[in-house]
Amino acid sequence: MDVLYFAWVRERIGIPRERVETGAETVAQLVEELRAREPRYEAAFADLSALRVALDQDLADFDASLAGVREVAFFPPMTGG
Amino acid sequence: MRVVVQQEPFDLGAEANAFAAADTGMGAIVTFTGVVRDLARGDLDVMEIEHYPGMTEKALTKIATEAQERWSLGDVLVIHRYGRLAPGDRIMMVATAAPHRKDAFEAAEYLMDYLKSRAPFWKKEITGAGAGWVAAKDEDEDALTRW
Repeated sequence: MDVLYFAWVRERIGIPRERVETGAETVAQLVEELRAREPRYEAAFADLSALRVALDQDLADFDASLAGVREVAFFPPMTGG
Repeated sequence: MRVVVQQEPFDLGAEANAFAAADTGMGAIVTFTGVVRDLARGDLDVMEIEHYPGMTEKALTKIATEAQERWSLGDVLVIHRYGRLAPGDRIMMVATAAPHRKDAFEAAEYLMDYLKSRAPFWKKEITGAGAGWVAAKDEDEDALTRW
């Protein structure tokens, strides 16, 4: 699946998007896989309460299933307007 | 309904005039414009707005559709810019048309409340001293509970 990062999440991880092959069944499992990779991922995902997630461009929860999902995005709370 | 996400400036007067002239059955037009505000120190050089192409349009369309379902409205317009803006630049506008003003005012406030914390935009303030992401405010999240 494609994993996208925005704002300071993108800056901490250092890339805007990447292709991830994963067996994770939920967002939370995917986060744990990413965190275990490298310190820059750990830095981005250290505090999940400061993060939001979207699955195929709809806001979702961290316990949501990844079944059939093609695009996951992680970002801080939004500041539009 | 018209939802526009663009880098370029928009012409507030032309947009408001065209929107107001579109339907003579509407007795009330409300417009709101968001402007880049300078910092208290007066040293903001650039406000950089990042967004999530695709999801942004989807989220704005959903919010506008919900407003149309909730109030008796004619047309709804949302324009939101991204990229590098300067203090005083217009970031975004919403316009609502309704037969009566209460619907137009309430729908415009609803659009703004949801747009602030449910549309995927992120603001970064850049000054001579450095750059920092604007943090979301608890009161913006709390504002959604009134709807």
